[in-house]
Amino acid sequence: MLAFILRRLLQSVVVMLFVALIAFSMFRFVGDPVASMLGQESRLEDHELLREQLGLNDPVFLQFARFIGNAVQGQFGISYRLQTPVTELIFSRLPATIELAFASALIALVFGVGLGVYTALRPRAWSTSIIMSASLIGVSLPTFLIGIGLIYIFAVELKMLPSFGRGETVNLGWWTTGLLTTSGLRSLILPAITLSLFQLTLIMRLVRAEMLEVLRQDYIRFARARGLSQRTINFGHALKNTLVPVITITGLQLGSVIAFAIITETVFQWPGVGSLFVNSVQVVDVPVMAAYLLFVALVFVVINLIVDILYYVVDPRLRVDARAGGK
Amino acid sequence: MSTTPPESAAQIAASTPPGWFRRAAQSDILYSFRRSPIAMVAAFVTAVLVLAAVFAPFIAPYNPFDPSSLNLMDGFTPPMSSSFAGNYFLLGSDNQGRDVLSTILYGSRVSLFVGISATLFALTLGTALGLAAGYAGGRIDSVIMRIADIQLSFPAILIALLIFGIARGIIPPSRQEGMAIAVLILAIGLSNWAQFARTVRGATMVERQKDYVSAARIMGVGRFTILFRHVLPNTLGPVLVIATIGLALAIIEEATLSFLGVGVPPTQPSLGTLIRIGQQFLFSGEWWILFFPAVTLIALALAVNLLGDWLRDALNPRLR
Amino acid sequence: MKKLLLTASVAALVAGALPASAETVRWARVSDALTLDPHSQNQGITHNFAHHIYETLVDRDVAGTLIPRLATEWALGDDPTVWVFKLRQGVKFHDGADFTAEDVVFSLDRARSDKSNMRQLHASVESVTAVDDYTVHVKMTGPSPLYPNNLTNTFIMDKTWTEANNAVTVQEAGSQDDNYAVRNTNGTGPYKLVSREVDVKSVLELNEAHWAETKPFVTKIEYTVISDAATRVSALLSGEVDFVQDVPVQDIERLSSSDGVTVTTGPENRVIYFGYKFGDAPLKSSNVTDKNPFNDPKVREAMALSIDRDAIKQVVMRGYSIPTGVATPPFVNGWTAELDKYPAPDIAKAKALLAEAGYPDGFTVTLDTPNNRYVNDEAISTAVVGMLGQAGIKVTLASRPIAQHSPLIQNAETDFYLLGWGVPTFDSAYIFNDLIHTKSGHYGAYNPGGYTNPDLDAKIQSLGTEVDVAKRDATIAEIWAVVQADRVLLPVHNQVLAYATKKGFNIAVHPENQPRIYEMTKD
Repeated sequence: MLAFILRRLLQSVVVMLFVALIAFSMFRFVGDPVASMLGQESRLEDHELLREQLGLNDPVFLQFARFIGNAVQGQFGISYRLQTPVTELIFSRLPATIELAFASALIALVFGVGLGVYTALRPRAWSTSIIMSASLIGVSLPTFLIGIGLIYIFAVELKMLPSFGRGETVNLGWWTTGLLTTSGLRSLILPAITLSLFQLTLIMRLVRAEMLEVLRQDYIRFARARGLSQRTINFGHALKNTLVPVITITGLQLGSVIAFAIITETVFQWPGVGSLFVNSVQVVDVPVMAAYLLFVALVFVVINLIVDILYYVVDPRLRVDARAGGK
Repeated sequence: MSTTPPESAAQIAASTPPGWFRRAAQSDILYSFRRSPIAMVAAFVTAVLVLAAVFAPFIAPYNPFDPSSLNLMDGFTPPMSSSFAGNYFLLGSDNQGRDVLSTILYGSRVSLFVGISATLFALTLGTALGLAAGYAGGRIDSVIMRIADIQLSFPAILIALLIFGIARGIIPPSRQEGMAIAVLILAIGLSNWAQFARTVRGATMVERQKDYVSAARIMGVGRFTILFRHVLPNTLGPVLVIATIGLALAIIEEATLSFLGVGVPPTQPSLGTLIRIGQQFLFSGEWWILFFPAVTLIALALAVNLLGDWLRDALNPRLR
Repeated sequence: MKKLLLTASVAALVAGALPASAETVRWARVSDALTLDPHSQNQGITHNFAHHIYETLVDRDVAGTLIPRLATEWALGDDPTVWVFKLRQGVKFHDGADFTAEDVVFSLDRARSDKSNMRQLHASVESVTAVDDYTVHVKMTGPSPLYPNNLTNTFIMDKTWTEANNAVTVQEAGSQDDNYAVRNTNGTGPYKLVSREVDVKSVLELNEAHWAETKPFVTKIEYTVISDAATRVSALLSGEVDFVQDVPVQDIERLSSSDGVTVTTGPENRVIYFGYKFGDAPLKSSNVTDKNPFNDPKVREAMALSIDRDAIKQVVMRGYSIPTGVATPPFVNGWTAELDKYPAPDIAKAKALLAEAGYPDGFTVTLDTPNNRYVNDEAISTAVVGMLGQAGIKVTLASRPIAQHSPLIQNAETDFYLLGWGVPTFDSAYIFNDLIHTKSGHYGAYNPGGYTNPDLDAKIQSLGTEVDVAKRDATIAEIWAVVQADRVLLPVHNQVLAYATKKGFNIAVHPENQPRIYEMTKD
C-alpha cells in the first residue's frame, strides 16, 4: 500500500513536470506578452528591452528551468498584467472558485445520484423518459448560453437574483467566504446551477447505467429470492456496487468542474481563478497562466491519486493490477 | 505481437457470445426501435438534420459562404419578411445580411462534420489506448494513463488552443484559415480522448479477470482476438454513453472555441459561431439570430444523444 | 459633429455648478486598472481610474481642449526650448503633505525613468528643474511646441511618500517582488482609495480636502469589473450598477427605451482603418505570386470604391459611427471637412479599375482582423470581405484576439489588416510618426505595410521641431494631401462611444473614453 502510494506520488511529480513543460511551450503561441504590456506608444526597441528583461529571448528549456526553480520555492513571480505577486493573486481568488466548484458538485451529486437511482428503478416509467430526455438539454447547450439565459430570466426579467459577482463576503483569515451572507448565497445560485448541469447529466446517466447493470446481476436476484426488502437490495447492495465508477467519474469531474468554471466565471463575473485565467490569456500574462495550469494539474493529480487509492480500497480485484501497474 | 492461429479463432467464434455487429444485425434491434417512439422521433430528427446539412447547397435559398452575394443592407430583417432590397428571409437575416435559414443549413454541415470527425478521432485513439493500457498493464498502462492524466489536467479548451498555436507555427499564415477545420478536428479530438481511454481501461481491467477471457487465453487465443472480439464488445456500453455525450460536447467545444475567437472563420460560420454572433443581439430584440441556430443545435445534440441512448440499451442484451 | 462637441462642453460647464450631496455611484467597466502606479502603464483604462485619485499638470475636457489642473498656466519661456509651468497653490496630497514643485520634478523624472511606460511621451525632455516652490522649468532637447499635449496622463506623486515607501523606481517586469505604489496611493485627486480587490471591485471615497471649489455630488465610487458585455448590460437593467461605460452599439436602442436608463453617445478620438502592403514583393496570402496587387494605385482606388461606409454605419454600427475618408478623427489638428469626404461606393468602376490593373478576375488575399479590441471589429471586417468580394477581390478572413493580432502588425507579418488608432496628442504628427513614416528607429512602428516616401519622411520629422504654428499646419496639410493621393490607408469611420447610466445621472462622453465621475451630474 505504502509502496503503491509512493510510486503514484513519483508519477504525479513527473506528470506535473510534463504539464509545466507543455504549458511553457504553449505560451509562445498564445500571443506576445510584450505587445500587451507596452501600449500604443511603445517602440520596437522597448519591446526588445522588455523581452530581454523578462528573459523571453532565452531558450524555452532555460526559461522552463528557471520557472521550475522558482516554483519549487513557491515563487511564481509578478503578474505581467497586475504587477501583483501571482501566488497572492491565486490564493485570493481560490476561495471563490472552490466554493463555486463544491456548490455545483454538490448539486450535481445530489440530483445526479438521486435522479440516476430513480430512473434506474423505474426504467419503463414515463417520468423516466422525460427526465432522461430533459437531462440531455443540459449538455446540449453551450455553458455561456445557459448562463446568459439564466441571467436574462432571473436577473433581468424577474429581478430575483444577482447577475454577477459574489455578493458580500466575510473574511475568515485568508479565506473569504460568500456562504455566510444572504447576498453571497443568492449570488451563488445561478453560477452553481450553470456549472452543475453538465456534471449532473453525466453523473445521473452513469449512475443509471451502472444501477441497471448491477440490478441484472445474479447476486441481486439471489438477494431478492432470499426475501430481502427492496430497499435493502436497492440501496444496500445495488447502489453500493455502482459506487466504483461513480467515485471515479465524480472525483475526476470535481477537477473538471474547476477547469469548466472558466466559462461560467467569465459569464457571471465570478471572481475566481478561472476568470483570472481568462483575463490573463487575453494579455498573455505568462506567470499567472503558468501558475494556474500547474494548480489545475495539481488538483487533477491529487484527485487521481485519491481515486486510485479509493479504487484500491473499494475493489479488491484491482489490487493485483495496482501492484502490476507499478512495476 | 503474435497473431491468432486460425483454428482457435473459429473455435472462439462458436463458443463465446456473438460480437456486437452480429447482435446489431439481428432483427430484434429493429423490433426495439419500432417499440420506442422516442428513438423513432430522434432518428427522424437526426436524419432530417443530417440530410439537410448534406444537401444544404441544394436546399438553401442563399449561399451564405459566398461573401460577394451578400448585401449588408439586408441585415437584421425579421423572420418571414422581405428586406428593403426585396430579398425574402423565412427565418430572418443576421447582422451581415445573411439568410439565417441558409446559415443554419451550411452551419450544421460544418458543426456535424467537425463534431463527428473529432469524436471518431477521440474514440479511436482513446479506445485503442485504453485497451492497451487495461490489458497490458504494467509500464504501458502507467505511461498511457499518466498521459491521460495530463490531458485531463488541462481544460479541453486549452489543449485546443495549444494545437491551434502549434498549427499556427507550422502552417504558413496564408494557409491557416484554409486548414482551420482540420486543425479544429485535431484539437477537439485530442482534448477528449482520455475519457474514452479511462473508461475502456477500467472495463478492460474488470473484463480480463473474467473466466471466459482466462479460458480463451488458456486455449491459446491471440491477444488481439481476445481484445477485439471479447474485451472490446463488452466495453462498448460505457463508450457509447461517452461518445453520445461526446458528440454534443464536441459541437459545444467548437462553439466555445469560436466564442474565444479561435474557431472557424466568421465568414464560414458553424452553428456554434452563429450562436456566438446571435448572443450579441439577445438584448437588442433581434432574437431570431440567436434563437434558430440555438434551437437547431439543441435539437441536433438532443436527437443524437437520445438515439445513442436507445442504441446503447438496444445493443446491450442484458438491459432488455 | 460640432453640435455634439458643443453639447459636450455645455455638460462639462454644468458639471461644476451643482451642490454636493451624499451619493454612491456603482461604475461598471470591461476591465480593471492594471496597476495603481501612475507611471507604470500607458493604458487608457488605468489612466481613467488614476484620474480620480491622482492629478496631472494639464488635463483635457470632453471637447478635447487642454485645461489647467495642477498647473494653472504654462507657456514657452524666453528660451523656446524651455516650457514654464506655474503650479496651483494650496493643494494637498491625501496624506496631508503639501504639493510643491519638487513633487513635479520628482514625478516627471520618475515618468521618464527606464522602467516607466510613460517615457516615450517625455522622450524630448532634457531636464526638469524647480525654479521656486510653484514654478517648474522643463528643458527640451529642441523646440517642442506640443509638449503639454503629452502631459494629460502623467500624474504627480508625492516625493516624500514615494521615497519613504521605496517606490522611487517603477515596477520592473519579471521581478519577484511588487512595488509599494502598485497597491497604495497618495494623490491630490478628488477621491481617495478605500479598498481594492483586483479585477473585482475598488471603492473610492470623496477627498474632502480637495482644492476644487465645487464638490462633486458623487461621494463614493464603487468601481466594478464586468468583462462580459451581456452581463454588464444586464447588471444595469437589473439595477445592480449605475453606470456602464462600455455599452455594445446593438444594445443602445434597448437600453435607451427601457425605463430608468439614460444612454449618452459621443465621438471617440479614434479612427478605424484598413492597411495593406506596399512594395513590389508578392503578397504571402495571395494567388498573385509574381507581384503585389496592392502596390498598384488602381487596385487601392478600386478598394476604396468597393467599401460602402454608410452601410457599415447603418447596419454593423447601428448608426453609431462617423464614416470618414481620412485616417484622422475630427478632434485632431490637421483634420479638415474636405479631407473627411469619402467616395460613394461604385462597384462597376471598381471592377473596371481592377481589370485595368490586370486583375479582371480579381485576386485572393487574407485580411487579418482583431475580434476583441474595437467596437464590432470582426463584424466590420466580415462586411468588408463581402463588399470587396462584389468587386472581385476574394478575401479570406483571419480573426484573432488582439494579443495575437498586434504582433502581426508590429512585426509587419500581415498583407491586409484592420487597426484602430487613437490620437492622445490631438495632433496629426502623432499619426504620421507611427503610421506613415518609413519604419525606422522611433518612426513607423505601426506601418506594417511598409509605405515609404523620403520626401514625406523629411516633412514629418520637421513637424517635431517647427515652432511657427502656421508653417507647421501648412506642412501637415501638405502631408495629408500626399497620404490621401497615395491612399496609404483605407479609413472606415471614427468610433462612437456610448455610456449608459441610471436615469437621473448624467455624464458626457469623453473623446479619450476617460469619463470623470467627479463631473457626473444629477437631475
